[in-house]
Amino acid sequence: MSAEAKQDVAAETTERRINMIEAINEALDIMLERDPDVIVMGEDVGYFGGVFRCTAGLQEKHGRTRVFDTPISECGIIGVAVGMGAYGLRPVPEIQFADYIYPGLDQLISEAARLRYRSAAEFIAPMTVRSPFGGGIFGGQTHSQSPESLFTHVSGLKTVIPSTPYDAKGLLIAAIEDNDPVIFFEPKRIYNGPFSGFYDRPVEPWKKHPQSVVPEGYYRIPLGKARLVAEGEELTILAYGTMVHVAEAVAKEKGVDADILDLRTLVPLDIEAVEKSVEKTGKCLIVHEATRTSGFGAELSALVTERCFYHLEAPVTRVTGFDTPYPHSLEWAYFPGPVRIGEAIDKILKD
Amino acid sequence: MVDRPAGSNKPHLELHVPEPKFRPGDQADFSHIDIGEAGAQPRPDEACDAKETLPLCYDLIRVLGEDNKAHGAWDPKLDPETLRQMLQHFATVRAFDERMFRGQRQGKTSFYMKCTGEEATSVSAAMALASDDMVFPSYRQQGVLIARGYPMIEMINQIYSNKADKLKGRQLPIMYSSREHSFFSISGNLATQTPQAVGWAMASAIKNDSRIAATWVGEGSTAEGDFHSACTFATVYNAPVIINVINNQWAISSFSGFAGAERTTFAARALGYGLAGLRVDGNDPLAVYAAERWAANRARANQGPTLIEFFTYRAEGHSTSDDPSGYRSAQEREEWPLGDPINRLKNHLIELGEWDEDRQAAMDKEAAEKVKATTKEAEKNGILGHGLHHPFRTMFQDVYEELPWHLEEQAAQAKREREIKWPGEEPWS
Repeated sequence: MSAEAKQDVAAETTERRINMIEAINEALDIMLERDPDVIVMGEDVGYFGGVFRCTAGLQEKHGRTRVFDTPISECGIIGVAVGMGAYGLRPVPEIQFADYIYPGLDQLISEAARLRYRSAAEFIAPMTVRSPFGGGIFGGQTHSQSPESLFTHVSGLKTVIPSTPYDAKGLLIAAIEDNDPVIFFEPKRIYNGPFSGFYDRPVEPWKKHPQSVVPEGYYRIPLGKARLVAEGEELTILAYGTMVHVAEAVAKEKGVDADILDLRTLVPLDIEAVEKSVEKTGKCLIVHEATRTSGFGAELSALVTERCFYHLEAPVTRVTGFDTPYPHSLEWAYFPGPVRIGEAIDKILKD
Repeated sequence: MVDRPAGSNKPHLELHVPEPKFRPGDQADFSHIDIGEAGAQPRPDEACDAKETLPLCYDLIRVLGEDNKAHGAWDPKLDPETLRQMLQHFATVRAFDERMFRGQRQGKTSFYMKCTGEEATSVSAAMALASDDMVFPSYRQQGVLIARGYPMIEMINQIYSNKADKLKGRQLPIMYSSREHSFFSISGNLATQTPQAVGWAMASAIKNDSRIAATWVGEGSTAEGDFHSACTFATVYNAPVIINVINNQWAISSFSGFAGAERTTFAARALGYGLAGLRVDGNDPLAVYAAERWAANRARANQGPTLIEFFTYRAEGHSTSDDPSGYRSAQEREEWPLGDPINRLKNHLIELGEWDEDRQAAMDKEAAEKVKATTKEAEKNGILGHGLHHPFRTMFQDVYEELPWHLEEQAAQAKREREIKWPGEEPWS
C-alpha cells in the first residue's frame, strides 16, 4: 500500500494513534509482560520513567526488580547487562543519549558482540541497548550525535533505527526477542512528531501521520527488512531515522518522483530492497545526519556501486552532516536539511 | 612547554613516578613487607557490617604458620582428605603449566600463561565455592577448571586450537569457556568480566536463585574503569558476588605501584564502596579457602558482596611472550616472604601426620604422567601448526545466531579461495 493510500485509510478510520515515545513504552510493557526474563534498566528509567518518558509507569506495573534505576556508569550498565544475558535474562538497558554510549563501547564491542563467537555459542548476549540519538533539537555537541557507523562496523552487533511509531514498537519487540545484541537508536527529534527539516515551519504531531496508527497488542517487524516509504521512478533515496521524513518532505516539495527506502535495520541491511530500487531508478541518493567521512553512507555507496554499477546513470551521492562536531547555534547550518538535499537532488537528476 | 614561568617564591611541583624497589641485578629484600602473624587476625561474623572489616583490609589473614600448623579463627578446619585433594589439584596445575609452557616452546601452540605460585588463589578459592556458582575468571585461573574436574584434554585441545577444540580455533590459547562447569568465557580485554560477574549475580538475585558469582582480576587491572563499575554496582544492588583481586605484584613489567599499591592496599578499596574487604595471604591455601568461604556464605545469605585481595607473587614471566629478567630481580621469587603455596600445604599435611615426601613425589610423578598422556591424546587431534583444522564455514558461524547475507557471501568467498588453493575436499577437516 502506498503512503498516500495508507493516509486515506487512516483518515477514514478512528484507529488509535500514538507517538513514538508511547509506542516504545508499549513495546517494553508488552515484552515485560510476555517474558519474565526481560529487564529494563538505565539512568532515571525506574521511578521517574526516563528523561524522555519512554519507561513511564513500567516500574510501578512490573516491579522494582524488573525495571530499575542504575548508577551513572555506561560501562557498568552494559557490563552488567552482558552478565545478565550470560545468566539467561534478556536485558534492555538504556543509554540516556547515544552521545554517552562511548564509556560502554569496550563492553559492547569486545564483549557483547563477540560473546557468542568466542564461546562457540555457549554464552550469548541477547540484549537490546536503547538509546536516543540524532540532532535537530539544539542539543549541541553531546546531545545530538549519530554514532551508528561505529556500531555497524562491529561484527556481531545489529543496528536498528525506527522512523515511525508503528515501526518503533514492532522493531523494538523484534529486537528484544532477537538473540543477538541489538543497538536500537531512537531518533529523539521525532519522538513527538515527524520532522520535515523545514525548521521554521510548525511541527506536526504524530497523530496526523498514518504511521502513528499502532495496534495495541503484540506484533513484530522483522529485523533486516526495509520499508518502502514512497514509490517513484526517477531516483532512489536511502535514509533512516529522522532523515526519512526530511527526505520525503523535500522530494515532495520538489515534485520528484522518488523511491524512498527507510532502511530500518542497518546491519543486517536489506540489500535486496536497495538493489531492486536502484536497478529500477538508476540513481541513488543517500541521506544521513551523521558526519560524512566513514559514515554508514560510505558503506551504502560502496554496496550500491559494487552491486548496481551497470544500472547507474549518475554517481551515487551522499547528503550528510558535515565533518565537524555537532554545533549548537549553527545547528540549522549543520543539519542536512532541504537546501542540501535539494541541491543534491537537482544535481543527480541533471546527470 | 609550560605556558608561564613558575612562581619564584612557590615550591616547584614534582611528579612522582613509582619505581619498584628492585631491578635486574639487585638483591631482593622483602623485609619491609609486614606479613603479620598467622592466626592473629579476627574473624568477624559473615553478616557483619562492611565497616567491621576495616582492620582486615590492612592486615593479612594467615592461617598456616612457620611451624606448618593451622592457627586462629580463620582455620577452615578441613579434613585431611580435602587437603590431600587440594594438594593433588595443585600438583596437576603445576604439571600442566610446565608441560604447556614446554609445548609452546616446541611450537605446538602460539601462546601460554602459567600461574606458578598463585595456584591457591584459584584452586583453594574454587573449592570453597559450590560447583554451580558462576565464575568469571581472568586468564590465570586454570586452577578453577582443574578443581572443577573440567576434562584436561579439552583444555589442551583449546590450547592447540586443534580439530577437537570446542571453541573451533577461534580463541587465543587459554581463553577457555565452559558453561557446563559454570566457567565464563575468558576475554582478552582486562577487567571486563568484573561488571559481568556483578550482572550475573544481580540476575541470580532477580530470579531468587541461590547461586552466587565470583570474579578474578589482577591488581594491575583494578585500574580499569570496569573494576570501579563492578564495585559500584555490586554495592548498590547488594549483589551476591565475590570480587577476587589477585595481587601478584606484577602487571607484565609494571609493579603494583602503578595500580596504586604504594599508598594503600587493594582490599582497602572495598571500604570506599561499602563492600566487605579482606586481605589474605594468597600463598596460604587454608587462608584462601577460609576467606572465599566467608565471602560465599555472606553473599549466599544476602549479606552482600566482598572484595578479597589475595597477596601473592607471580613467580614466572607474564606469559610465554615475556622475559621478566628484563625488568625485575631474579632473586625475588626465592626471597618472597610468603613462600610457595604447594610447599606450605604439603608441609602442613606432613605436620599433621597425613602425608610424607614419598607420597608427594609419587603424586607429582602421577600428575606429570597424567598430563603427558593427556597431551599425547590431544595431539592426535592436531597441534596449532598451520591452524587450518576447522571447516572454513565455521569461521562465519556464531557471529550472529543466523548467517546474514553479507556473511553468506563472505563464506562463499572463503570457499572459493579454498577450492583454488586446495582443490577437492576441504583439507585437514
